[in-house]
Amino acid sequence: MTDALLTVFGLGKRFGGFVALADIELEVKKGERLGLIGPNGSGKSTLVNCLCGTLRNDTGSVRFDGRTLDGLKAHERTRLGMARSFQLPRPFGTMTLAENLRIPLLYVVQLRKAVPNVDRRCVELLDLVGLADKADHLPADLTQIEMRKLELARAMAAEPSLLIADEAMAGLSNREVDEILALLMRMNEQQGVTIVMIEHIMRAVMHFSQRLVVLVAGRKIADGDPAEIVRQDDVVAAYLGS
Amino acid sequence: MRNPVFFLCLCVVAVATYGVAKFIDNAYVFFAGYVVLQYIVLSTGWNILGGYTGYVNFGTAAFFAAGAYSTVVWHKTVPDMPLPVMMLIGGAIAALLGLGTGYLTLRLRGTFFGIATLAMSVVMQTLITNWSFVGGSRGAYVVRPDATDWFGIDYIEYLFLLMLGLSVIAVGIARAIEQSRLGYGFATIRDDELAAEASGVPTLRLKLLATALSGGFMGMAGAPLPYYVTYLDPASGFSLSYAVNTIAMPLIGGTSSWLGPVIGAVLLGTLQQLATVTISSALSLLIVGVLLVVFVVAAPKGIIGWFAPRKGKPGAQP
Repeated sequence: MTDALLTVFGLGKRFGGFVALADIELEVKKGERLGLIGPNGSGKSTLVNCLCGTLRNDTGSVRFDGRTLDGLKAHERTRLGMARSFQLPRPFGTMTLAENLRIPLLYVVQLRKAVPNVDRRCVELLDLVGLADKADHLPADLTQIEMRKLELARAMAAEPSLLIADEAMAGLSNREVDEILALLMRMNEQQGVTIVMIEHIMRAVMHFSQRLVVLVAGRKIADGDPAEIVRQDDVVAAYLGS
Repeated sequence: MRNPVFFLCLCVVAVATYGVAKFIDNAYVFFAGYVVLQYIVLSTGWNILGGYTGYVNFGTAAFFAAGAYSTVVWHKTVPDMPLPVMMLIGGAIAALLGLGTGYLTLRLRGTFFGIATLAMSVVMQTLITNWSFVGGSRGAYVVRPDATDWFGIDYIEYLFLLMLGLSVIAVGIARAIEQSRLGYGFATIRDDELAAEASGVPTLRLKLLATALSGGFMGMAGAPLPYYVTYLDPASGFSLSYAVNTIAMPLIGGTSSWLGPVIGAVLLGTLQQLATVTISSALSLLIVGVLLVVFVVAAPKGIIGWFAPRKGKPGAQP
């Protein structure tokens, strides 16, 4: 238990009469790469929103880095080291790319330590995702994959210990998927960031994840070694029908 | 330009403005100039909420009148209180009103926020109309001294100077915000509140700060009004033209920077004053309407949008 970064106990969320999530138990270890899969509408994004504080969970609780997060707002959780990227990129549209990255530097990193040269740090961060030459452009100029990279760069700018990447590759071509995968791998291996990846692209998930969790209809039905999980009968049934 | 240097430049401009007004040597210049300056403060205050955070406030009149009626109350209870103190109190009351409005309505976005602020203005007007201590629907008379103890200058000139000082402070603060951490925070609220929260921005706190600051400046702009008009009734204090002008001026000048509201207020305010003298005061709202239509078509980013350097490659969304 000592090396658990994120622990979820009995988490539940209802929208009116619809049970979106029920009794979710989850543990993510420090430095782990976890894949979270499930058919459409299985509650993956709801879980992410509950973890990040965008939605309030009805039951259960979330522990992160030795603290209970219940009742904390989204920005407070980000400041504790939990970052997310959005499924559909949500850049700050009137700001340049460099300014986009400036926000988490000003509102998260600078609360922990001094950032000597914010402008240079923005460009460095853009350089990590290969967007340094577009630092003064607006997000509207970017292609789809560049937008995803910006989204990841902004999440990483907050120097998180946990990154939740919500379908960072949906709609990208094979080569682009590889590019984002390599990026996430680098963040995990070089900077020691724990990553929870939510993804539909099975090739990416299988390649990336050390462990796989499967959600179906708001319940966790499997948790373990990826290669074994995908052969499990109920997982196959959930995806392909029995 | 660093903030203290900029502030000094503003002071120089203000002194020059006063010098020119004094040189023309016509009391009416101060009378008309006061209105233009009042609109600089109003539109700069409006822009802190409307331009920086993107919450369009239709309730300018409520904040403006809150400041004005607070002065009426002090004039009746503590008539010896100096006007600058009344302005500070009026500003504080309007800031509190802004904080309350913010807390109750900031879950609303876009049009809904606009409608809520408009409704608040109507509710406030009804309350004041039924409050006989401040004159109710009959209105309140405020006896204005002819001259001040201060070098014996004319009272209208004194009001002009007060508003000039307030404009300097308002514009100075607006610009300081724009280039600060706070300004970046406000801009994230305008762009995407969810992403702002995910990037560590405490959106609710910043929105409340914006409504309070914005309301406070509008209240301070309204506080000297009773002494300026000497007769204040709810219909004129809560006039729709305040709300319309205060929205039109930043839109015409440009909402993205401190300079926009100033340009808009000087341009539109001066035009309206000229029209009032030469043609008719009824024309001023027509001018606003026509200019607004022209600018929405010709300069959607306002006048400063013509000159601001485009970000990114040519043809990019500015």
